[in-house]
Amino acid sequence: MFSAFMLHAWIVATLVAVAAGCVGFFVVARRAAFAAHALPLGAFPGAAAASLMGVNEFWGLAGFAVLGVLAIGQLQRAGRREVASALWLASALALGVLLLGLSGRYAQSVYGLLFGDLLGIDTRQMAVVAGFSGLTVALVAWVARPLLLDSLSSELASAAGARAAALEFVFLGILALSTAIAVPVVGALLVFSLMVGPASAARAFTDRPWRSLAVAVGICLATVWSAIALAYVTNWPVGFFVGALSALCYAAGRLRGGTVALAQVA
Amino acid sequence: MNAGEAAVALDRVAVTLGERPVLREVSFRLEAEQFCALIGTNGSGKTTLLRAILGFIPVQAGRIDLPAGAIGYVPQKITLDPGLPLRARDVIALGLDGARFGTRLPSKARAVRVQEMLRAVGAEEFAEQRVGTLSGGQQQRVLLAHALVRRPKLLLLDEPLANLDVGSTAEIVALLRRLSHEFGAAVLLSAHDMNPLLPVVDRIVYLANGCAVSGKADEVVRTEVLSRLYGYHVDVLRVHGRVVVIAAGARTESRDALERDPVHTITVP
Repeated sequence: MFSAFMLHAWIVATLVAVAAGCVGFFVVARRAAFAAHALPLGAFPGAAAASLMGVNEFWGLAGFAVLGVLAIGQLQRAGRREVASALWLASALALGVLLLGLSGRYAQSVYGLLFGDLLGIDTRQMAVVAGFSGLTVALVAWVARPLLLDSLSSELASAAGARAAALEFVFLGILALSTAIAVPVVGALLVFSLMVGPASAARAFTDRPWRSLAVAVGICLATVWSAIALAYVTNWPVGFFVGALSALCYAAGRLRGGTVALAQVA
Repeated sequence: MNAGEAAVALDRVAVTLGERPVLREVSFRLEAEQFCALIGTNGSGKTTLLRAILGFIPVQAGRIDLPAGAIGYVPQKITLDPGLPLRARDVIALGLDGARFGTRLPSKARAVRVQEMLRAVGAEEFAEQRVGTLSGGQQQRVLLAHALVRRPKLLLLDEPLANLDVGSTAEIVALLRRLSHEFGAAVLLSAHDMNPLLPVVDRIVYLANGCAVSGKADEVVRTEVLSRLYGYHVDVLRVHGRVVVIAAGARTESRDALERDPVHTITVP
């Protein structure tokens, strides 16, 4: 399980979990779970296009993730974020269908992007993931306080001097960045489960914001490490365990939240 | 800021939202430590006026003079997520440096300042609770502390008494009056019911039809003044210590005169 072959998987999963936990805290706080679903899935056709053209899939993912940020950012000016995310997702998936229709020779690669291919990470990809994970965490640390205030109330943030529209754009940018690095690991379909499940569960364990963020990172780490170990033992896909364990974490968090509430009433 | 110095001064401010002119040549001045109620019916432009002062929306004409430094603001009823891991104490701390980028180390001075604010608004009892789980009155106290923690010279509150019961309303009004003196802040508070505020306000700005009349309460809330502002006859009645403004609905000569000669702001000295 800890052979040289698996070492990359452990390291990359750890890096992705730290970034996903940090970003996930704000995804849940800002009720942006659908955007966290739409951005990676909407970026998937970019990776498919890159694969078709023989370019590194990461750059296709990153390019479409940036396009997604711009599209959602622009579209939500005229309406709600959910509608903007849905419009982007529908457009991107339509393009993805077209790309899939053009050729079937990259089907295996596409499958890997949808469900993740943790064991296929090479040293160069690991370095890219490490760099972008570090950048994601640094950006979250830099923008954390204004983003938290804006999550509480955009009006309060604006009155304090923060620009709410710019903060939303920065948030979507960070989300896109974390998406681009996480998709090759857990796949476009499951990346948002790693952001939403642990961060939602963490809310039940503490009332303090930064502790909640740290707990979210901890649960993310426990999730991906357990997923790799279970996948190794059972030979089942890592993505399945990531999604299932994230959902279990959320259920455990809800259970704890309910228990605490009952204890307070009693 | 010294007494008599302007905390905010509006000079012929006009605001249009889309195609609709919401405010037309609104002028008034609020001095340091003055407590002013911004009164008007729903849709009269109270929130628009506050948002214009905050710089959230541009003014089409006129000017707004503000003091240097922070402006405290308590927005209209906001829905706070009860699951958000954010204690009342954290919300107040975000009032200190919530807009600043970058990380910071824990500071004793900062913690003391937050504790002082918790005490000032009577929120020590629920300081450790999640803000989204607090009652409406408790949330207003926390948001008030958030707005005051940087010791602004001007405090703007948008309908802070809406959805509060009678007891909470009286508590919040008394608290605001006390804090206004303690912190030396001028207060501009919007409300559609002036009655809870009449015992404590220094001035009233009354908005209707995009126009404003300002002055002391007993000078503004009068039949002839409000009839001219509304453009039709209204009766100002005093019943059991409460003021009631009743619209008769008939168009008056003063409304015709107002449209011919649009002096939209009436200031009662």
